[in-house]
Amino acid sequence: MLNSITQSQIFVLDQDEALDFYVGKLGLEVNTDQDLGFMRWLTVNVPGQPDRQILLELPGPPAMDEATAELVRELLTKGAMGGWLCISTDDAQKTYDTLRARGVELTEEPTQRPYGIDFGLRDPFGNAIRIGQLR
Amino acid sequence: MSRAVEQSNRRLLRARDTMDRTYAQPLDVPMLARIAHVSEAHFIRTFRATFGETPHRYLQRRRVERAMFLLRESDRSVTEICVDVGFTSLGTFSRTFREVVGESPTEYRRNGHLGAAPTCFTKAWTRPSSFG
Repeated sequence: MLNSITQSQIFVLDQDEALDFYVGKLGLEVNTDQDLGFMRWLTVNVPGQPDRQILLELPGPPAMDEATAELVRELLTKGAMGGWLCISTDDAQKTYDTLRARGVELTEEPTQRPYGIDFGLRDPFGNAIRIGQLR
Repeated sequence: MSRAVEQSNRRLLRARDTMDRTYAQPLDVPMLARIAHVSEAHFIRTFRATFGETPHRYLQRRRVERAMFLLRESDRSVTEICVDVGFTSLGTFSRTFREVVGESPTEYRRNGHLGAAPTCFTKAWTRPSSFG
């Protein structure tokens, strides 16, 4: 039957800004950045994990009409779009400090949980990201 | 036009995230309005138009959600929890909690058990949904 999740998607408002954030600040790496003509296919992955890609997709025509895209952008920026990533780390505090120094918008400090230590942040568009040092 | 809405939303989300983080402190509308890049007079109205409730109500629900967590997961007394989550009066805390949750903090502590989910989902989904 099924093996693994290979690609998933979140919406972003600007793909250059998304690259700057996800690669420049979070430290993910570009998997594919290709102009397909009808869209810019832009995926990133955790370094060393090219089998698990995240598509950074721009909402808009012709995939959806402009009015719908506007709704998506409004939901995204108010944190209600549902795009969500949970990424693991070896050292939550160290990663938190690094990201803070890079000016990332951190929403929650590293906190001890039953499942490990994790903290929260937002991407520039409104997507929520959690980084966890899992047990 | 839509760009302006998006920027306004994103800034208000930043202010709302700040409330989530600093829930134990008094509601600081001037600070939140600065984060949201709106005047103090506009902040409450704009927040409500965006998220469907006033900042005050949002904060109260965040505090009650935190109190529910502490009642479930800690041994702290109801009085201590009241202060921990930012209420200054035990009477207001108890009344608000009962109004929102439908039972007193002590009753909730006796009855409350939850399954495990990543924290941000627990936070969002155990936040009581209506208020007064």
